[in-house]
Amino acid sequence: MRLELRGITKRFGSFTANDRIDLTVEPGQIHSLLGENGAGKTTLMNVLFGLLHPDEGEILIDGEPVRFANSGDAVRRGIGMVHQHFMLVPVFSVTENVVLGFEPTKSLDRVDYKRATADIVRLSQQFNLQVDPDATVENLPVGLQQRVEILKALSRDAELLILDEPTAVLTPQETDALMAIMRSLAAAGKSILFITHKLKEVRAVADVITVIRDGRVVGSAEPTATESELASLMVGRDVELTVEKSAFSPGESVFEIRDLVVRDDRGLVKVNGVSLDVRAGEIMALAGVQGNGQTELVEAIAGMRHVESGTILLNGRDVTNRTPREVLDAGLGHIPEDRQRDGLVMSMSVADNLVLNTPRRAPFARRGTRNLAAVHDNAVRLAHDFDIRTTSVEEPVSSLSGGNQQKVIVARELSRPLEFLMASQPTRGLDVGSIEYVHRQVVNHRNQGNAALIVSSELDEVLALGDRIAVMFDGRISGIVEPTASREAIGLLMAGTTGAADE
Amino acid sequence: MSDLSTDPQAPASAPSAPAAPARRRWRLNSRSPIMITFYALILGLVVGALVIITTTPAVLDSWRGIFHSGTGIFRALKVTWDNVGAAYRSMFNGAVVNPANLWHSITTGQGWEATLTPLSETLTYATPLIITSLGVGIAFQTGLFNIGANGQAVLGGVTGAVVGSMVHVPMIVHLPLTLACGFAGGALAGLVPGFLKAYTGAHEVIVTIMFNYVIYAFLLFSVLSTPFQQPGQQNDISRTMDSSAQLHPLFGAASGLRVNYGIVVAALAVAFAWWFLERSSMGFDFRVTGANPAAAKASGINAKVVIILVFVISGGLSGLAGVVQVASTTHYIDGGFLIGSAGIGFTAITVALLGRNKPGGIVWASLLFAALGVGGRAMQGTTGIPLDLASVIQSAIVLFVATPVLVKEIFRLRAAPVVKLELATKGWGA
Repeated sequence: MRLELRGITKRFGSFTANDRIDLTVEPGQIHSLLGENGAGKTTLMNVLFGLLHPDEGEILIDGEPVRFANSGDAVRRGIGMVHQHFMLVPVFSVTENVVLGFEPTKSLDRVDYKRATADIVRLSQQFNLQVDPDATVENLPVGLQQRVEILKALSRDAELLILDEPTAVLTPQETDALMAIMRSLAAAGKSILFITHKLKEVRAVADVITVIRDGRVVGSAEPTATESELASLMVGRDVELTVEKSAFSPGESVFEIRDLVVRDDRGLVKVNGVSLDVRAGEIMALAGVQGNGQTELVEAIAGMRHVESGTILLNGRDVTNRTPREVLDAGLGHIPEDRQRDGLVMSMSVADNLVLNTPRRAPFARRGTRNLAAVHDNAVRLAHDFDIRTTSVEEPVSSLSGGNQQKVIVARELSRPLEFLMASQPTRGLDVGSIEYVHRQVVNHRNQGNAALIVSSELDEVLALGDRIAVMFDGRISGIVEPTASREAIGLLMAGTTGAADE
Repeated sequence: MSDLSTDPQAPASAPSAPAAPARRRWRLNSRSPIMITFYALILGLVVGALVIITTTPAVLDSWRGIFHSGTGIFRALKVTWDNVGAAYRSMFNGAVVNPANLWHSITTGQGWEATLTPLSETLTYATPLIITSLGVGIAFQTGLFNIGANGQAVLGGVTGAVVGSMVHVPMIVHLPLTLACGFAGGALAGLVPGFLKAYTGAHEVIVTIMFNYVIYAFLLFSVLSTPFQQPGQQNDISRTMDSSAQLHPLFGAASGLRVNYGIVVAALAVAFAWWFLERSSMGFDFRVTGANPAAAKASGINAKVVIILVFVISGGLSGLAGVVQVASTTHYIDGGFLIGSAGIGFTAITVALLGRNKPGGIVWASLLFAALGVGGRAMQGTTGIPLDLASVIQSAIVLFVATPVLVKEIFRLRAAPVVKLELATKGWGA
């Protein structure tokens, strides 16, 4: 299918999310759409999938103008979408999920499972998408669940597949497998629109790259372009992808956990005997696919989750099962994984959020009464120092972009006297410019001789920041390696293969 | 476009969105709640008018006769106008001021008592309502529902009346002591649900509602028990508070105006609530907890402490309202004190919502509700339209305030309230 977008414009009020976007996807082409968060990628895809209606411009399929009233229209015209968050019923089988809503039926409206299964087997053989049609979806690893989504789109005769940030949840090996699938789909004549902000993947798989910024197409690139060329196209200025670190000279151990066991809300052991230590002047990066216990480990360290056994030592002091207040006062700086849930109060002002965990500290309050002038001055100073872009520090945090929201948290934590910084997925969902910024701040903190633990599922981030890299799998540390270790070695550790870890 | 900010692609989420228009939109937004309340007030009066029209025999009769003569329709309209007008006029006269009386007083210098009585009555009714609503509002801002304000007010009234009638000390000690004990009584009534919520996770709505009944029973028990019961009485009536524990009329008993020093207590409570919510560190913790409990926890705020303190403060303010009510009006309490539909603790929930849980808003909302109540009683006296009309109007206002989408549709306000309506409103919106 040949898809052409001509002059697509979408406005929200006076704000233009998409500004005269032209884009052509040829049959059998993998077309990569690259852009920062907020650049208008998602809006464009929603327009293409019939979820939003363009104010101007037209969509042409094989040269014929089409109008989608809803996503059903788009599906009927051969457009399939694999969302970042899967739209699957966990307790249904693969077959049931694939045919859901479009079930082939026999007499009396009974679902024809035999035919449905046969269709799936045929499709998976044709496109190299091996998956057991009778397996229950919740038992499948994430990579296979994604295949089910792709199968679902293909079974609706999709000729153009939209993949929205498909690699965010995958291990490096699963990512490689997905890329192989994308290539085989393209070889079979399907068109693919691949939305991502990961430059490495774009270069590996795309035939054509279109970069959008501020709702406009700012250029297209060949996959041979270097990563920094792509990054500067996205951001509109030169970007440093590697962070300058001073020589590694670790000092005393600042932070230590021993044999930590932590359960999740359902009572399952998610952290199963983890031991780690972080020294002064060192960044310990904790890698691993999401859901292997990192979240629970971080919550336990921050005093937000009960520790079943084991000890947490911060500067030699036992802070196991202390309240978050005590842990913060002991010198922990915490950049939480879910910044909007744990890190910010969205309805409150930037200034209030900058003193969220120090409202009683001088000069922000005196004898129980807040000094709003001091809070305001502090915010103005931090907004300047940490480059927080806002029209006023009295604006609610919700009016800031994701990158600037994260800068608020980073500014708040790094402006306190700290012993130890713990950052969980510190750059998730951020644009390249903000990632660069956050990384530089973390490295500065380390260069000044402080300790940091960075939990991340982004391999690039782990490799860029870590002085040592611990890999977590299924509640355990499956290995600790040097940052010089190969991606493959770390990938294997992330998949739980401990044997390869011992270098 | 008011809620575009909830859209993931909203202007605010784009790093380089043009700042000026986004700012302008936000300003429009911040104004709209006040406008919505104003429009809701108008709609409430319209609903009240419809109720008057459909329930007043004279009006219905006139409409029945519109085909009997050529001028029937005009007569019907006139009768309708007269009746609705008379009802609302008597309401205004009864709650704010009667223009005729005012003119008489100004020209002759006589009859100020009659002129000022409506305003005095409205303020008298508003006083305990303001104090209770502040307590409920503080709880709301912390994300907690205090449905037990009424019980807390009752217990505050009981403890206040006990101290006021059975302790005998000079006024300079007695009045503050009485008020403090009222506060303490309400705080105690709030402490128990707060404690249960914090340590056992019991839902505060259920516990506070149920606690109301416990306190009602205790009230009846207390006014029938020998030490507190009015000596020589068999009925459920308490002793009378000493004069030194009473909140006396502002202009002296001889003025005939009931407005009293309770209004000073209310003003102090408003000042406290404003400082607490807007300026105090603890109030900051409360608001953070209300707006985002997860972030509060991560920031080291102890949720258990906050929950208990909220209920102590909220209950304390309700208790203060209870003792103000007793000390300023009856000076004794009986078994029916604040129970039933007159329960200010329940009205306070609506008042707090109407005032958007802000001290300033609560003052205005309390005055409005008190005026509607007082004016409704005057209307019942002069026109025979039942007092319940005031409740209808009050309820309608709250209903409209709670459904801004509806109000915006009715008044064709430009702002599209939800993103989903974006397309529907495009014709005249975008």
